Amino acid sequence: MSGKIRIIEEKCVGCKLCEKACPFAAIILVDKKAKIDLDKCTLCGACVDVCEKFQAIELILEEKVTTINLDDYQDVWVFAEQKEGIIQSVVFELLGAGKRLAEKRKSKLCAVLLGDEGIKDKASELIYSGADKIYVVSAAELKNYQDEPYARVLTELVKKYKPEIVLPRATAIGRPVIPRAAVELGTGLTADCTGLEIDDETGLLLQTRPAFGGNIMATILCKNHRPQMSTVRHKVMKEPVPDKERSGEIIEIIPKADWLISRTKLLNFVKEIEATVNITEADVIVSGGRGIKGPENFKLIESLAKVLNGAVGSSRACVDAGWIPYSHQVGQTGKTVQPKLYVACGISGAVQHLVGMQSADTIIAINKDPNAPIFEVADYGIVGDLFDVIPELIKAFKESI
Amino acid sequence: MNIVVCIKQVPDTTEVKINPETNTLIRDGVESIINPFDTYAIEEAVRIKERLGAGKVTVITMGPPQAEDALKEAIALGVDEAVLLTDRGFAGSDTLATSYTLAMGIKKIADYDIIICGKQAIDGDTAQVGPGIAVHLNLPQITYVRKIEELKEGYIKAERLEEDGYGVIESSLPVLLTVVKEINEPRLPSLKGKMRAKKQEIVKWGVDELGLDKDKIGLKGSPTWVNKIFAPERKKGGKVLQGEPKDMAQEIVKELKKGNLI
Repeated sequence: MSGKIRIIEEKCVGCKLCEKACPFAAIILVDKKAKIDLDKCTLCGACVDVCEKFQAIELILEEKVTTINLDDYQDVWVFAEQKEGIIQSVVFELLGAGKRLAEKRKSKLCAVLLGDEGIKDKASELIYSGADKIYVVSAAELKNYQDEPYARVLTELVKKYKPEIVLPRATAIGRPVIPRAAVELGTGLTADCTGLEIDDETGLLLQTRPAFGGNIMATILCKNHRPQMSTVRHKVMKEPVPDKERSGEIIEIIPKADWLISRTKLLNFVKEIEATVNITEADVIVSGGRGIKGPENFKLIESLAKVLNGAVGSSRACVDAGWIPYSHQVGQTGKTVQPKLYVACGISGAVQHLVGMQSADTIIAINKDPNAPIFEVADYGIVGDLFDVIPELIKAFKESI
Repeated sequence: MNIVVCIKQVPDTTEVKINPETNTLIRDGVESIINPFDTYAIEEAVRIKERLGAGKVTVITMGPPQAEDALKEAIALGVDEAVLLTDRGFAGSDTLATSYTLAMGIKKIADYDIIICGKQAIDGDTAQVGPGIAVHLNLPQITYVRKIEELKEGYIKAERLEEDGYGVIESSLPVLLTVVKEINEPRLPSLKGKMRAKKQEIVKWGVDELGLDKDKIGLKGSPTWVNKIFAPERKKGGKVLQGEPKDMAQEIVKELKKGNLI
């Protein structure tokens, strides 16, 4: 995509609307006229929209001549991640999202499943949850995730079967493998989508994702390249109810030897299951912040988590202070979580923390400071000393559960 | 052992806020910083060099001329050389165009055993440029590295962080790594480093110096396209309780029961 943008100076009244609207800080006012910094401008058109009244900004987009035939590309693909032969729960959510898109495009929902010999037996699980067609590639080298062979196999399959949309999960497997495939294929990739829709008019995939740490949302298009690929954030889509009556097609593909070459090798995997469950999967999370005062007081957080059958989270401050391991950190530089219930204890609510937890269904915040920003996102705010409140909460929950 | 570190200058996103009335970004006084994840990449590279007592660390970024500030900061933190890829033609690059451009810059640096990137940048959060560079340069990669266990001529063994634990992965060199926060604790710039940063020349390359394919850079080389930008829906503050801890606790339990949450 390319194009030209300019300010029509005679029409510009210096109202600053465009300056404020520009998400990329590319417009500044010089002598009461808007000036566009072309190094920063991405031709997104936000300024043109706000200048409707004065029509002082001219944007001409040159649609790139497409060298591929877009109609050759059909179907929606889901990348079915597995670990130790078990299809990860995140995949089923993805099938739910993919099904909706496939129906709208009147195409098929397919899944790609890579693993060792035994993996074929799992393909039917994907069919029960909505897939019409499963591409299975099995080889000893594909037993565990490895960047190079996984990316290569995906690339080869896409080249051969030409899907219109490819959806992997935004996980420690999906995020490194898909950009490799996207670069090989020379197509676009949008990361961490929280919303996926089909545009009624153009049939294009509208890929919505947070940017600037969740402070803005952006909708991204991939107009002239195929497939349209997006990694999808965890726990933002609903999981379909499996239907064991469903049938589908299973296609086995024999990988060529050179697809399986890997310069890296996984020697072993160390599971780190601590006293608490993985926070990205948990339905209830109780988190501690600076207000808990010291590492010993995470015991209090743990006891509350235990009563609620939840996991323990933390703000960045406690992780930086060495009170709790990094794997518990919620927020921008930690993990994004979406539990049913999130209890924030002694967390003031810096924006970096909020972006990691604000999509929880219900949020309870406990804080001494009634002006703490955490209360702005909380469904229930408790103004008080957490050392008094938490023991009472534990008692009250114990009595009621 | 020669190391290239890729960094990005980003706005401090904690400062980027939305004006609730106009639904637009307030950027007044927003500072530019080195992407926090990249500071771990810089630190790791400098540590490797210090440990081995040999080799060179080169930092590279793509950005507008003012991205030079980020490179100067990296020099103050101990890197030896700095390269700025800057050209009007790079404007509007998405992750595909960016990874191509950076890869071509690294190719021109030529002599490297390891490329280190932060796991992602805090403004875009894509985590795509590192793996993208690896493909353009035909390199293996180890992402989310939390510890380098072993490093010697032509060989690396590292721990890769996943959601439920970590994998121990070995690779041949050259290799591209992306690192997570757990890997180290970055140092502060030294006075000597700051002095050196002031004096040191930054190498600048544009489209012509790199001999780039103009169809692969900037907006033209970017398949993805920002169509719309808007403010996220924020939760409105809910019920605020004050008073005796015991009463508040019981009130919460009652409310959660009502909502079938417990």
